Amino acid sequence: MATQPTAKRITDIGPPNYEKFLHPVITKNYGQWKYHETLAPGVLCHVAESGDKIYTVRAGSPRLLSIQSLRLFADLADKYCGGHLRFTSRNNVEFMFDDVAKIEPLKRELQAAGFPVGGTNNSISNIVHTQGWVHCHSSATDASGLVKSVMDELCEYFTEQKLPAKLRIAVACCLNMCGAVHCSDIAILGIHRKPPKVNHAVLPKVCEVPTLIASCPTGAIRPATVEGKQSVEVIKEQCMYCGNCYTVCPAMPMNDPENDGISIWVGGKVSNARSVPKFTKLAIPFLPNNPPRWPEVVGAVVNIVNVYAQNAKKFERVGEWIERIGWPRFFELTGIPFTRYHIDDFKHAGLTYARSTHIRF
Amino acid sequence: MADNGKRKTKLLDQLESGPWPSFVTEIKKASESSPVCDDLLGQLELSYEEKQGHWKHGGIVGVLGYGGGVIGRYSDVGDRFPNVAHFHTIRVNQPSGWFYSSEAIRTLCDIWERHGSGLTNMHGSTGDIIFLGTKTSELEPIFKELTEAGFDLGGSGSCMRTPSCCLGPARCEWACYDTMKLCYDVTMAYQDEMHRPPFPYKFKLKAAGCPNDCVASIARADLSIIGTWKDDIRQDDAAVAEYAAQGLDIRKDVCDRCPTRCMDWDGQKLTIANRECVRCMHCINVMPKALRPGVEKGATILIGSKAPIVQGALLSSVLVPFVPAEELLETLQELIKRLWEFWDENGKNRERIGELIQRVGMAGFLDAIGLDPVPEMISAPRDNPYIFFQAETEEK
Ligand code: HEM
Ligand code: HEM
Ligand code: HEM
Ligand code: HEM
Ligand code: SF4
Ligand code: SF4
Ligand code: SF4
Ligand code: SF4
Repeated sequence: MATQPTAKRITDIGPPNYEKFLHPVITKNYGQWKYHETLAPGVLCHVAESGDKIYTVRAGSPRLLSIQSLRLFADLADKYCGGHLRFTSRNNVEFMFDDVAKIEPLKRELQAAGFPVGGTNNSISNIVHTQGWVHCHSSATDASGLVKSVMDELCEYFTEQKLPAKLRIAVACCLNMCGAVHCSDIAILGIHRKPPKVNHAVLPKVCEVPTLIASCPTGAIRPATVEGKQSVEVIKEQCMYCGNCYTVCPAMPMNDPENDGISIWVGGKVSNARSVPKFTKLAIPFLPNNPPRWPEVVGAVVNIVNVYAQNAKKFERVGEWIERIGWPRFFELTGIPFTRYHIDDFKHAGLTYARSTHIRF
Repeated sequence: MADNGKRKTKLLDQLESGPWPSFVTEIKKASESSPVCDDLLGQLELSYEEKQGHWKHGGIVGVLGYGGGVIGRYSDVGDRFPNVAHFHTIRVNQPSGWFYSSEAIRTLCDIWERHGSGLTNMHGSTGDIIFLGTKTSELEPIFKELTEAGFDLGGSGSCMRTPSCCLGPARCEWACYDTMKLCYDVTMAYQDEMHRPPFPYKFKLKAAGCPNDCVASIARADLSIIGTWKDDIRQDDAAVAEYAAQGLDIRKDVCDRCPTRCMDWDGQKLTIANRECVRCMHCINVMPKALRPGVEKGATILIGSKAPIVQGALLSSVLVPFVPAEELLETLQELIKRLWEFWDENGKNRERIGELIQRVGMAGFLDAIGLDPVPEMISAPRDNPYIFFQAETEEK
């Protein structure tokens, strides 16, 4: 528990004001930007109404960063950017400066330190992801290891801009999806496939039964007396393996090495450009958990990226491409088997049934 | 143990090769300054061997007077890896747009080197700086040093979560309002709600400067603020001609990709029927030197997105079609006040506001917060005839 407060304890001050962190060229031209160009993958040039220019170099990071690497970034910021740097919404690091001659040396230093430069325009940017086995209790798989394994194979798509459009990948290690996986071009989602195992011996000691029952979104948990002790039971048919119960009660473990695994989802997008934002849809219901390099998952993702890259037209995001060619052709081109699990059977399932005779043959 | 006294991590070591930067390498780097990282690697290696996680929930931890900002984390194999038996996460509120000075980064690193594992996430999916792994006894000292350095904790639990925003006017010509300032002002206005959980469940707000929505606000915020404009797209015909001269196929790559087909190119002149433009940004993205958002700028406010837990996932939908940029903060604060009152009165435990609206219906929700229905809120009027008329209408 917390220790005694000190005499002048500071609270509720909020984050530091961003203004003091901005590069002087940004402060001067704040809100007065005219246009920008992408000079090379990972290198942007923004031009202000005043004619001032600011250059940006973007590099990929594993998101999980040691203070040693952060200090390296700080040193680079001092050397090239007057001490200014930022991070992007997809966990890339960006360096901004006003001297065009610094682009190449900075790129070289970043690359030498192992941080690839890229992630702009029609590339695969960094994979947003969650904690996994590194730090979370409900994970069906690891997130960082999956990201590393997939990005190792797709790195050339990060450092070049050769896809028909942007391609965004996300990883979440359980269906809580702490990382916005539901609206990505390709989503890698850890899944459990068995209800929690109830540890009747421990449960009455560590858990509050009413709270536990209330925690289940589908009402699958009901009170039960087991060997004379108050406990609970799980109605198997009603459980969709969300792990909520385990969050409130450690005597309901979900982890199951054989049955936990990975599903792949495709065709989501967040931006409003051209078509409206879309959710991801199921492509592959289950792949095995195969650390340290998850060859089945990496193979499946690389296959989808390659088929998309060969078949989509300019500007088509994955979801827009599939809308044009239709789902039957998506399954045919990718060679992914279509199964009963692809057909929704939860609430409002009918909305995804084909309610017309518009069929491509 | 390997020769250097470090644990052997045969599986994890395989994740150090390859072109993408390795988190295993990062954990090893951090172990130079903090030996707890060796136990983290040991436990992680065990997870890789057994294909299962080894973390569990435990008692609530935090700093005095705050109900959030720290996530308690305990190992279920703490006897084998004692240095990570307690391994709590701290969420530190990031500056708007994730801008830093090298000095601020070093300050954060020094605090975290003194009191924790030296491992961070830059950043967590909500936007916070994540300090990954420390003991309960270190929380109060970390908090003291953070606040003295001008940083504060972010939100966790059933509270206002740390707001986040795209960099907007700091470096993007398309920003239709000041996302950085709005994010900062909102964060400062709701410090109490961020630090002392008052709600049935979490509440998130994200601010994007234009419909490209670089912070995915439409997908991951209960309140999504997305910049837009009301007047015509600003058009520079000379620059359009230049794009054409450089080989851009304006008909195919711009006009034919416009979702409402409101653009026309006759080989000389680009014409936009601006009343039919839905502000999707496509043409502007393709020709940034020639086309720009208009000058009557502001934002659309959307409500209700959330991840699948508990009742299924939602995207945000339009609540207020347009608020002028200069009125945005005030409008938002009034709206938030009414939303929270409604949620407070009607929300069930762990029910996000989007789910509550689904349960009571959008129309009832609008009545409760005193907003008039407008057609911008829907993609089409209802197609089912089960209309529940209100009592007073029947009596008339
Ligand atoms: C070509 C013009 C564009 C520019 C200059 C631009 C600018 C930016 C900037 C500055 C960021 C970093 C935002 C932050 O971290 O605060 C960003 C991220 C992002 N933008 Fe855009 N944007 C452009 C077009 C688009 C379009 C057309 C889309 C979607 C179709 C889009 C989707 C995204 C996404 C998903 C991110 C997060 C990616 C990352 O951090 O790597 N952007 N963009
Ligand atoms: C019952 C539901 C949920 C549970 C039990 C849960 C649990 C957790 C836990 C334990 C963590 C901490 C991971 C760690 O650092 O050790 C976490 C992180 C997080 N959660 Fe959830 N979560 C739930 C639902 C959600 C939902 C619905 C969202 C958002 C839509 C969400 C967003 C986040 C975010 C943004 C983080 C930070 C993780 C990161 O940046 O890697 N969570 N969640
Ligand atoms: C492939 C399955 C899906 C995955 C892996 C996934 C993953 C995620 C993740 C990780 C987040 C957290 C965002 C944050 O950090 O703030 C999230 C949020 C969200 N997801 Fe999904 N999702 C999936 C499916 C869906 C579906 C089918 C829907 C809607 C029908 C949906 C709607 C949402 C919404 C509205 C949010 C809002 C985030 C929030 O509560 O802050 N997702 N999702
Ligand atoms: C409570 C709701 C509804 C009721 C009571 C209802 C009732 C009827 C009735 C009595 C008929 C005439 C059947 C006949 O003469 O053989 C009919 C025909 C039809 N209804 Fe409905 N209906 C309802 C909703 C709908 C909806 C929601 C749709 C479509 C979205 C729909 C589409 C049709 C069509 C296409 C026909 C055939 C019309 C024709 O042959 O001219 N109905 N309905
Ligand atoms: S997605 Fe699930 S397992 Fe992963 S960090 Fe979030 S709650 Fe934990
Ligand atoms: S895993 Fe989820 S659905 Fe299954 S019993 Fe637990 S709370 Fe209910
Ligand atoms: S959301 Fe719009 S204004 Fe904000 S950074 Fe992205 S493109 Fe620029
Ligand atoms: S912004 Fe979109 S809808 Fe508007 S003219 Fe351009 S392409 Fe068409």
